[in-house]
Order: sequence, then C-alpha cells, then structure tokens
Amino acid sequence: MTRYITRRIAYSLLSLFLLSLTIFLFVRVTGDPTTLLVEPGASQADIDAMRERFGLDRPIWVQYASFVQSIVYGDFGQSFYYRTPVLELYLSRLPNSLLLALAAMAFSLLIGVPSGILAAVRVGRFWDRAGKVFSLLGLSLPSFWVGLVLILFFSVYLEWLPSSGSGSVWHLLMPAFALGWYFAAAHMRLTRSSMLEVLGSDYIKLARLKGLPESLVIAKHAFKNALIPVLTLAGINLVIMINVAVVVETVFAWPGIGRLLYEGITFRDFPVVQAVVLLGGAMIVIVNLLIDILYAVIDPRIRLEA
Amino acid sequence: MAMRSEAVPLSSRADLVRGLEGFPLLPMAILVGIGVVAMFAGVLAPHDPEVGSLALRFRPPAWQAGGSIDHLLGTDHLGRDVLSRLIFGARVSMVVGFTAVMVAGAIGTALGIVSGYLGGWVDQVIMRVTDTWLALPALTFAIFLTAIVGPSEMNIVIILGAVYWTRYARVIRGEVLSLKQREFVRLAIVAGCSKVTIMRRHILPNVLNSAIVLGTLMLGVVIVTEASLSFLGVGVPPPKPAWGLMLADGKKGLMVGYWWLTVLPGSCIMLMVLSANLLGDWLRVKLDPQLRQL
Amino acid sequence: MSTRALLELQNLSTHYVSAKGTRVVRAVEDVSLRIAAGETLGIVGESGSGKSTLALSILRLLPPAARIPSGRMLFEGEDLLQKSDAEMRRVRGKRIAMILQDPMASLNPLFTIGDQVAEPIRVHEGATRASAWARARDLLKAVRIPSPQARLSQHPHEMSGGMRQRIVGAIGISCEPRLLIADEPTTSLDLTIQAQYLNLLRELQRAHGLALIFITHNLGIVAKMCDQLAVMYAGRVVEQGPVRQIFKAPAHPYTRALLSSIPRMSDGRQRLTAIDGQPPDLSALPPGCAFAPRCPSAFAPCREAEPPEVAGVANSRVRCWLAAPGAGRGNAGNGAL
Repeated sequence: MTRYITRRIAYSLLSLFLLSLTIFLFVRVTGDPTTLLVEPGASQADIDAMRERFGLDRPIWVQYASFVQSIVYGDFGQSFYYRTPVLELYLSRLPNSLLLALAAMAFSLLIGVPSGILAAVRVGRFWDRAGKVFSLLGLSLPSFWVGLVLILFFSVYLEWLPSSGSGSVWHLLMPAFALGWYFAAAHMRLTRSSMLEVLGSDYIKLARLKGLPESLVIAKHAFKNALIPVLTLAGINLVIMINVAVVVETVFAWPGIGRLLYEGITFRDFPVVQAVVLLGGAMIVIVNLLIDILYAVIDPRIRLEA
Repeated sequence: MAMRSEAVPLSSRADLVRGLEGFPLLPMAILVGIGVVAMFAGVLAPHDPEVGSLALRFRPPAWQAGGSIDHLLGTDHLGRDVLSRLIFGARVSMVVGFTAVMVAGAIGTALGIVSGYLGGWVDQVIMRVTDTWLALPALTFAIFLTAIVGPSEMNIVIILGAVYWTRYARVIRGEVLSLKQREFVRLAIVAGCSKVTIMRRHILPNVLNSAIVLGTLMLGVVIVTEASLSFLGVGVPPPKPAWGLMLADGKKGLMVGYWWLTVLPGSCIMLMVLSANLLGDWLRVKLDPQLRQL
Repeated sequence: MSTRALLELQNLSTHYVSAKGTRVVRAVEDVSLRIAAGETLGIVGESGSGKSTLALSILRLLPPAARIPSGRMLFEGEDLLQKSDAEMRRVRGKRIAMILQDPMASLNPLFTIGDQVAEPIRVHEGATRASAWARARDLLKAVRIPSPQARLSQHPHEMSGGMRQRIVGAIGISCEPRLLIADEPTTSLDLTIQAQYLNLLRELQRAHGLALIFITHNLGIVAKMCDQLAVMYAGRVVEQGPVRQIFKAPAHPYTRALLSSIPRMSDGRQRLTAIDGQPPDLSALPPGCAFAPRCPSAFAPCREAEPPEVAGVANSRVRCWLAAPGAGRGNAGNGAL
C-alpha cells in the first residue's frame, strides 16, 4: 500500500508542477505581463520597478523558478484593489465558499440519492422516466439561470427570500439550490446506475433467496454498496463546487472566492485572478490525492492487493 | 447499425428507417430553427440590436400593459429591442458554440490520435497535460485565459477550444489504443505505410464517429460556458448581443420586476442547450453503443 | 417411489417475452419432475438448457420479462404458483433454499459473515441477535469451518473460496429447509476442495433430512451424489429416472451422447467424442424434436412433431420418438454409439 500511496503522491506533485507551469507560461508567454502584473494606471517608474521585481528580462526558467519559489512561500502578490496580500484575501473568502458548497452538496445528495434509488428500483417505469427528465434538466439548465429564476420568484414576486448577500440561513437557500441543481442531477444518475449494477449482483439474488423482504434487500444490502461510488464522486464534486460557484456567487453577491474571481476580472486585479485559478486547481489535485489515499486505507480489498 | 470500424453503408431503406428510429424531431427542429434565425438575423430582426432610444427603455413585451407591437418582446435598459437582440444573439451563440466545438474537436482528436498511436513519451506528455488541464474547472480556466488575452469573439472561440479539447483527447486516445490492435492497421503497417498516413487514412475515419458524438455532447456545455463568460462580462464584448450578456444586463432590472430581460434570454439558452443535449443523447446511442458510458 | 412427493412440477413452462412481445424464448417447456423428501435429484444439461431458469422458477425469482404460462408447482401439496408475494417470501430460505454458483459474488462484501448467516434466522424466526449469532456459530461449525466464533466477525474477502462456499451452504440450511437447490455449487471450487464440499453436502442432507436438487453439467457429480437424474435439453426434460438405470442404459440419444463424451481411463479410444452442432436458439425452434438437428438417430417423425414423454424402464421417463410405442425400431440407436 505504501507503494501505491507514494506513486499517487508523486503523480500529484507532477500535476501541481504542470499546473503552475501552465499558468506561468500562459501569463508570461501569451499574455502581456507588463499590463497584467502592474496596476492599471501605473507610471513608467512603477512599470520599471515591476520589471525589476519580477525579473522580466531574465531567462524564462529563472522567472519560473522564482515564480514557484514565491508560491511555495505563500506569496501570491498583492491585490491592486484591496491592497492586501492575495493569499490573505483568498483565505478570508474561502470559508464562505465552503459553506455554500456544503449546503449545495447537502441539497444535491438529499434530492439526488433518493431519486436515483427510486429510479433504479422502478426502472423503466414512471419514476425512472421522471428521473431521466430531471437529469436532463439538471444538465441543461445553467446554474445562473436557475439562480435568476429563483430570485424572480422568491425575491421579486413572493418576497420571501433576500436576493443577495450573506449572513443568514435565508440568504443561503437560493444560492445553494442554484449551485446544487446540476450536481443533484449528476448524483441521481450515478446513484441510479450504481444501484442498478448492485441490484443485478449475486448477493442481492441471494438476499432475495433468503426470503428477505424487498425493503430490507434494498435498504440494507443494496443501498450501502450502491452508495460507495456516489460518495466518492460527492467528495470530488464538493471541491469542484467551490471552484465553479463563480457565477452563482456573482448572481447572489455571495462573498466567496467565486465572487473574488469576479471582482478580480472586473477590476483588472490580475494577481487575484491568477491566485484563484492556481489555488483552485491545486485544491482539486490535492483533494483527489487525499480521496485516493483514504480509499487505499479504508477499503480492505485495495490494502490486500497493493 | 454503423460499426466502430469500416462504416457499414446504409444499404437498404429498411436500414435507413430503423436508423432514424427515435429521432428527436423537436430538438433537431429547434436547433435548425435557431440556426436559420441566426443566418437570416439581418432579415428577421425588426430593429437594430445595438441601437436603442432611451425614451423607450424598459418597455414590457407586447402582451403586457405598456407594451407595443413595435417591440414584441419589450426593450432593455438602453431602449434596444429585445427580440432583435435575441435574434442576433442566436448568431453569436451558434457561431461561437459550433466553432469552439470544432476547434476543441480538431485539437483534441488530433492530439488523441497522436498520443494513442505513437505512445511512448509523446503519449505520456500529452496525457499528463490533459489530466492537469482536466483538473482545472473549465469555467475558471476560461476566465483566466480571457483575463490574459482580452475578450473578443475570436479569442473566446480559441479559449473555449483550448479549454475543452482535453475532453476529446482522453476518449479518442482510448479508442485509438484499441484500434491499434485491429487487423487493418497491422496490415497497413506491414504494407509499409508511414505513421502519418496510417493515422490520417485509417485511424482518423474510425474515430470520427466518437468525435461527432462528443461534439454534440460538448455543444451544450460550451454554450453554457460561453453564456457564463458573457454573463460575467468577459465574453463576447458589447454592444454585440450575446444571450449571457443580456442576462447580466437584465439582472439589474430584475428586482423591479422587468422579468422579460432575464427570462427570455435565459429560455433561449435553455432551449438551445436542451436540444443539443437531446440530440447528443440520441446520436450517442445510435452511432456507438459502446459510448454509452460517456 | 411410493413416498409422497415433496416437490412436484407438473407441465411447468417458463417463457421470456421480449419488450414488444415479439420474441418468446421458451426457456423451460412442459417440465414434469418430482422429488421426495431426503432424495437427491440431479438436473443435467448444457448451458442454455434451462436448468437455472427452472430453479429460479421454483422459487419464483424470475426477472420481469419472464412468464409462467402453464403448469403447477406443488410443494408439500401447496401450489407455489398460487401463492402471493408475501407467502412466497416466507417459503424462500425457510422451506426451500438455494445456493448459487459463485460464493464470492453471493456474499455481500460490506457485511460480516455472522450478520449474513444470522440474517435469515432473524427474519424468518424473529430470533434475537444474540441467539441468531449463536446459531450462526453452530452452523459454521456444522459446515466444518475452523474457529467459527472468530469467523463471525470477519468479512467475505478474508475467507478462501472453499470456506465461502461452505458459508453459503450454511446460509442455505440455516432455517432448516426441506429442499435445498444447489446451482453448480462446485464449479468455482478447486478440484481438491470439490470432493470435500460434496461430502459435506451429503452429511448435511442426512443430518437434516434435506431433499437436494443438484444443478450441474458434471456427470461425475451426478454419479456420486444423486439418486434421480433429469436430463434437460432446450428447456425440456428429455430423460429422467434413477441414476443407476440411466447410466446403465440411457434411452435418449442426447443422454447417450453425454455419457459417451466423458473420457474414461478404461477406454481405448484416442479421441474425445463431442456432440455435433450447437445448442438451439430457444426463440426459434424448428418443428419437431428440439434435438433432431443434432441427433444421430433422428428419423422422419422427429422433424414433424415433438415427442411425448413416455414411461421407460424402471420408473424412468423418456421424451423421444424412438421410445414411443409402435416406433418400429424401438430402442435401437445407431450401432456406432
């Protein structure tokens, strides 16, 4: 098992390296670093000072090395707009995004898992077809569209819920729904197919042969086994949610890192943009690694194999 | 049913009819409809989409009080005709959507073939890059790229292509790996064909099916991303009408009840994406049952 | 055979119907069998002959596409086909039990052995966890699993294949059923373990007075374990009767071919005899006897109508025109066999 873990860690390190390289190259090579890395409205003296600081006239691998070095030390630059270190800014907003993602995840599982199970158990019949429609809608309705419609209904017409900001559970409801909507459909589909696979297995056949009531067969034997892939996906999706919440956070003015990214592009605050993308990608790579390691530790079958 | 390798021609009428079974008529009609609207936008739109008169701002659609036949679907915050903007917006969505899908498809398929067929370090490099780029959420990556190169219609297409080619590369590579083992490829190698020739003449036509199916599936995703980019203000720059941009503008009037400025563009986006997805689902089942995993 | 039958199948048919109702696969056709308490019946046939479908039919655990258009299944005098779902549930596991082929797949990887063995006891007899687990331990001991107490808290993947199959056997007898159906129980076991397992089954049978139905394609097992034998082909029982009789003088050409295809040390032959041809497509059977296309002794009536089941020697029955009264050539097959 240690070999498996070491291999995975090495692989993740490689991914992180490639990620930083990609971002770096895009900025220095395709973009124009002088415009991006300097505040809008800077004087020539500022530009020269920046050249000096970032070593823009030095060979590219030297630049990359210092880029990586500053990242490792947590220096992602300074926000032009907020005038604070970007990392600080990022970390202060991250908990909000996490909260939103957790709420959205809870919603997506609460809707997705039971409907997936229902669709699998009643495969081919009404609930399954309803599930297919739901799945299609989830895939096709962009999250910001859902958000806007929700605002129209609940804030404008019914005046039940606040349309922006954060601070109370009521503020959380609509953004969580909008964000979780797509994932609810994704989780439903996975639960359904996982459940179908489990239901076709021999141990379910045996459970029925034992004369167990169908409800027990499904609730006890099928459910847990079917849930495993869904939970794995959910773990990865949580991190993805944090990162794709840009639009939902913008629509609802939710102060998370998505909104931070939006501010970054609106105010031409490039250090912020770069950091959000870099940290977002890194987050996903690391969480993937952690999940794989967790599984290696928990699942006794992998432990014995590797 | 067409097989994965040599495409079996539809040799009889019965085959053709069976091939069209379950054809999603409505989605196809919608897509074609949007395409037609996009093509003939200049003729169909009653007004200039980029010019408006402030005196006529925020007019509701014709069937509500205060609306007029002149502006069937109302006007926006600058007095511009919503219907005309929607029609021209269709052009943007169609053009950007299709072009981006094709760019992504071309790059992804090419790299997938090269990676799968040549193997070795070429494969390793391309796959590592693919995996890394796949780890970055598409929208975030696209935003990042627009921040660097600046938004314009051309740039958006390239950026979307750059973001989405990785989805193709993985799948195509997988197919190529199994194709490599097939008889006709080995025959070609024995016959002394160069690697490039083999990739071009033997491998490429056979992965085309999957590429097409992937393309239809990607269309919906790309359109949503493009709309998201426009919504955030980094998509196709104004005053060109993009549906996402209309949504962003419309949001300002939402709290006051100017519902048509968001509901209408949003519905257009939704219709287009839904149709693309339904079409993609049907194609996926028809062309290659093995791709059902997608 | 004067004892009253424990299970009696009368003209049972099971068909699979395609979604549009266009294709009908006659998986089991007009099967009549009986088994008495304590007896062992072997059901033999190629894959696709309908053996497993027959077993699932008895337990009424068929997939949704299946229909039972005709027949009766009398178990201890009650027609199983007349029972409601809830009543059938009480039959399964408690009065009729079944063992599946692959023990690894049969056991739920997430639950302990104790849990899975105790489960039917708790469900059918309402036992408490403690008493059910105690009985589970005894059951594991009965199937010769070493250190049964420790095994109760382990998981299926921690056991060897042979142990898993025994555990599945323990589950099978846990509620003291009258009939145990074993579907290819030794196919996935190593040869060395097979004999042990079969002995175990026989012991359990004697200890509990179980009737045993053995579904297998292995005639060696039949010879060793079974009192009665039923040979299936294309969903029909083509020959049935006492094992000794059938082995001594098989009446149906298919049975004969099966028996002669077993290599024997005493044979002087160098080549194995196989049966020509392929198993038939059960949704598109030719008229007449299903075996006719491959039968070396086929003659005109075989291709016209299906042969009826007629009584043969010593309580056996055969479904073959050759055995039908007035069939001219009687039981004479080709001399080449």
